[in-house]
Order: sequence, then structure tokens, then C-alpha cells
Amino acid sequence: MAATFDVELRTVTKHFGSFTAVKDVSLGIRQGEFFSLLGPSGCGKTTNLRMIAGFELPTSGSILLGGKDVSQLPPFKRNVNTVFQNYALFPHLSVSDNVAFGLEMKGIDKAEIAKRVKETLEMVRLPDSGKKKPNQLSGGQRQRIALARAIVNRPQVLLLDEPLGALDLKLRKAMQLELKELQRQLAITFVFVTHDQEEALVMSDRIGVMDHGVLRQVGTPAAIYDRPADRFVADFIGDTNFLPCRVVDHRNGTAHVQVAGLTMSASSDQTLTDNSSAYLAIRPEKVQLYGPDTPHNPNEERFAGVIVETVFMGTDTRYVVELAEDIQIVVRQQNRNIASTRFALGQTVDVGWETVFARVLVS
Amino acid sequence: MNERQPAGSDFLRWGKRLLWANMIFSFLFLYLPIVILVAFSFNDSKLGARWVGFTTQWYVSMAQSEAILTAMENSLIVALASTIIATILGTMTAMAMERFRFPFQRTYDGILYLPVIIPDIVMAISLLAFFSLLLGGVNNLLGLEGNAALRPGLVTVIIAHVAFNISFVAIVVRTSLGELDPGLEEAAQDLGANEWTTFRRVTLPLIMPGILGGALLAFTLSLDDFVITFFTTGPGGTTLPIEVFGRIRRAISPEINAISTAMLLVSMILVIVSQLVQRRTAALSSNSVQETQ
Repeated sequence: MAATFDVELRTVTKHFGSFTAVKDVSLGIRQGEFFSLLGPSGCGKTTNLRMIAGFELPTSGSILLGGKDVSQLPPFKRNVNTVFQNYALFPHLSVSDNVAFGLEMKGIDKAEIAKRVKETLEMVRLPDSGKKKPNQLSGGQRQRIALARAIVNRPQVLLLDEPLGALDLKLRKAMQLELKELQRQLAITFVFVTHDQEEALVMSDRIGVMDHGVLRQVGTPAAIYDRPADRFVADFIGDTNFLPCRVVDHRNGTAHVQVAGLTMSASSDQTLTDNSSAYLAIRPEKVQLYGPDTPHNPNEERFAGVIVETVFMGTDTRYVVELAEDIQIVVRQQNRNIASTRFALGQTVDVGWETVFARVLVS
Repeated sequence: MNERQPAGSDFLRWGKRLLWANMIFSFLFLYLPIVILVAFSFNDSKLGARWVGFTTQWYVSMAQSEAILTAMENSLIVALASTIIATILGTMTAMAMERFRFPFQRTYDGILYLPVIIPDIVMAISLLAFFSLLLGGVNNLLGLEGNAALRPGLVTVIIAHVAFNISFVAIVVRTSLGELDPGLEEAAQDLGANEWTTFRRVTLPLIMPGILGGALLAFTLSLDDFVITFFTTGPGGTTLPIEVFGRIRRAISPEINAISTAMLLVSMILVIVSQLVQRRTAALSSNSVQETQ
């Protein structure tokens, strides 16, 4: 049977003593995919990566690479390579010897190694750094060499453990695009661990969101952003308004809820119970502000409110609108034209959103 | 201008002078005896209480003395053999303590420091008791008597020196293992190196300064040791400190000054070498990042 996934985790659990780092995670990553494991620190994403690399063995469950069970194999018998968070370059070896290390271990002949090291150093745009020692390089350069040392081996899967975490913002943004481009050229499966949601959204084909050892949701960046599976995902990725509500009725993934006396429609993938309490989640930029006498869009629901706060933020303006007592909603409006800034503090406005963007989340 | 100086500057000036005086006295206290020793090793007088004139005859007679040369040779044999054995065993101990978890590890950890802490005389007596028990037992068992009987000598001295040097080597090597980023060993394994290759290509080169430092310390301690050697040696096992002690009991001869000066020179060379090794290590691990961004 042909392998359907390049990397597969089957009901993987990892305990450290009494602490459960990873809890019953099942996941399939396709060949050539840029897959990110995203979550706050301590959520188990790095443990997952270390189990794929072989530095940790799962307490239960199995790990497959290219359809082959490698759960109990040591790291040096797995066809994966890792780019470490602190780069872990060998300080006693030159840059060339660092990059050549993996090829030497495979017993490739010297001339071939020299050729491939040269190619790879050119690929990471540091062709003249071969004779230097790692401590003579800047942080950004070390990061590239760590990358070169891994990709020179052409592994089946490349594992990246927050490789951009130590770089400053500008360099990080540049490296994000470079990494993505490199991944496209090499067509190697990338498993990328990060706690930076923006980084994950920018780079990934798919994202797995983790929290407390549990894989909460797997999907494309757009799917995760627009249709978060639960409250944690909605909260962790991007900004979200959570309006406490009560479920009135629900059918086929559409529900009606009561928010402080206002009835709103929303979508949901979760199991809902009528009359139970929940949250209505809506992203600030999905909400549109209207002055009086604006024509009504049939896909939208509208509610009246009063602007209680405005903050000008350059590309857009952030408003806080009070819909009812204690029910406030954050709205972001792009400053596209003069008219965009016409809303003032204390003004009565209508807020509206397309019902597909409103989500009912129980937990 | 003087009256414009801040109040208390007199006090400061005196403080500075006192500090200088303190420093000079400390140095004199530490080094004056050594200076006198070195000077009198070149003194052309048998009694050595008064400076008579310059000579190198004591070095010549030292170099011609069969007993001194034998003692030097013995000292070097003991120091080299015990250093090599203790460095290998001490490094392995350090690896085991740092990399593995096993039962009674904490107890073992404590015991490892024991030879460093307990007085030399206690260590010496315990080794003496151990060797006489062991050699006596072996002699009894094999029925060895008279000249054929096993006796303490160079071998027992070497074993005794290994016994205390293991601890020193293990402690020094453990420190450099502790400073080693375990991520580097993981990186090597990630790149396809098995455990042995990882040790040979990554761990060993990176802790080598620690191992060399431990070995130099062991070598110096072995070369200097008197008490433990005195209690564990036997016929044919006379090392330089034992020889010097034997001569001093008879009479203070200027040759002893020459021997001591020679030993001082060797110790200083060892210290300088170990400093150079440490400086190289520091250069290797420093983060002198050349920012180009």
C-alpha cells in the first residue's frame, strides 16, 4: 500500500513522569506540505517535533515516516533532519564541516560532499562563509547555516523548531518568505513549530493548533482563522469578540442565540444544546459600521449601538461599540477614504456582519 | 588648588597607600621563601646560611646523583601512569554521572568528592591498610615468601595516586560536560551519527580542554604528593618528594635547593600550559558575534 502521508502520528501520547505533554494526538502530514504546529509555550508542539525526530519516544501510539513505523528508532536511523531553535552548530567545526557532517555520516565521497556543501551554501546565500567558525557569524547567518546543514542531506522531512525565534522582527519577516520559497524549490515536507500565529498563517499550507498537549484543530490558515473549532483557537489566533450568549435553537450547523436580549444568527461545528450558555465569536474586521439610512445587505444582520471608544491606528481605526449594557464589540474599519473616519465618539451607529463569520462556541 | 579637593581625599590617599603596602607584604610573604630557595640553589656554600658566590655545581651534582635521577624517573613514571589511568577512568565516571540516571547516584556523587575532602593522612593510612591486607592475602594464598613475596612499590604508589586522581579528573570533566549544550549531541544524532560517533566527533573534542585540564591537575598532584606516597611505597618506589625528605633528615644540602627549584620550574610550566589550554577553550566558546545585519 502506498504511503498516504509523509508523517503520520497515530494516537500518540507522551508522559514525562506525571505530566502529560502530548495527549492522544493523531495527525497526517502530506508529502511536500508546509505544516505548522502552533500553540503557546508548553502546549506540546515541541515534544511532538522531538518525537518525530526521535529525541523522545512516545509513551503510547505510533509515529510513521513514509508509511513506515519508526516509533522506536533512534534519531540517527530516521530520514529526518532538524533545524534547532538555538541552531546547535558545532562550535569546534568550520561552517563547511558543519554542513558536511550529515553527508560524511552517510559515507558519501569527499569530492561529492565538497560539491554539495558549496551548492547548499550558495542556496542559503552565504557562499564565502565556509572557512569561518560559527561564533564568527551573526545570528541571522547562523540560522542560515543551521538550515544548510539540515537541507544538504535532502531529508524526507525537515523539522524546524522555532528557527526564527531568535531573530529580530525585520530579519524574521525576510526569512519567512525565504524559507517558504526554499520549501517550494526543494519540495521537502516541512514541519514547523512556532508560537507566533502570524508566522504560521503566513507560511503554512496547513496548521495544527495545540493546547495543553491536545491537538485542537487542523486546517488551512483561512479555515482556522475564519472557522475556529473552539474558543481556544478563536482566541489564540487573531483578535476575536466573545459575546456571552444563550443558545435558542440550532439546526444543520446554524444556530440562533440570544445576546442580552438581541437575537443573532451564527454558525457552529460544535454540539449545541438548546438553552445552554455559549459564546458568539466574531472577528473585529468582519464587522461593518453603518451610519443611519444605509441600504441593508440581505446576508447581514444589523444591530444598533453607540460608539464608546475610537483609536486611530494608521491603516485602520478601532472602534468599541456598546450594543447593550455590558455588551461591547470591537470593530476595525479600514481607513480607505475620508468617509471611513466619519464615525465619532458617542455617535449612534449600526453594526452588521455576514452571519457565516459569526461562530457559536461552547468551549 | 589643594584646598579645593573634596573632603576625605587624605583618607582616600592613605587608603590607597595601605592597599599597596598590603599587596607588597602579601607578595613577600608568599614568594620571598621561594626567591630565597632559588637564590641559594646557586649559592657557592655548603652551609647555605650566607651568600658566598654564584655556582651551578649543585645542579651538576644533582644531575650526577644516581639516587636523584632514579627518584625523578620514578616520579615521572608514577605521574604519567596514574594520570593516564585516572584521566580515562575519571572521564568515564564524569560521563556516567552527567548523562545517565542510576540507583544510588547521589550517594555515589558524594563518595566521588571524598578523596578531595578527606585529609591526605587518612587516605594514606587507609590505602596502607588496604595494600597490606591485599598483598598479605595474595602472598598467603600463593605461598609466596621471602624475596618472592609481593611488596609495596611503584605499582602500589601508582594505584594509590589513581585512587585520589580519579576524583579530581571527574570533577573537572563534569564541569565541562555540564557546560556542554546537550543540543549539540542531539544535532549530531539528528545528522546520522550513532552514539559512539557522536561522542568521538562532538562530545570528546568539546570537553577535551576539560579533560586536559583534569589531566594536568592530576599530573601536578601526583608529582607533588608526599604523604600518600610515603605510606604506600616500598623498596624501589622512591619518588622525588620521598628522596628529598630522606636527604633533609640527614642534612640540609644545597642539592635539595636545586631539586626544589627544578620541581618549581616543572610546576610552573604545567600551570602555564593549563592556562593556555583554558584560554583556547574560552576563545572557542566565546560569542564574539560579528554583526553584519
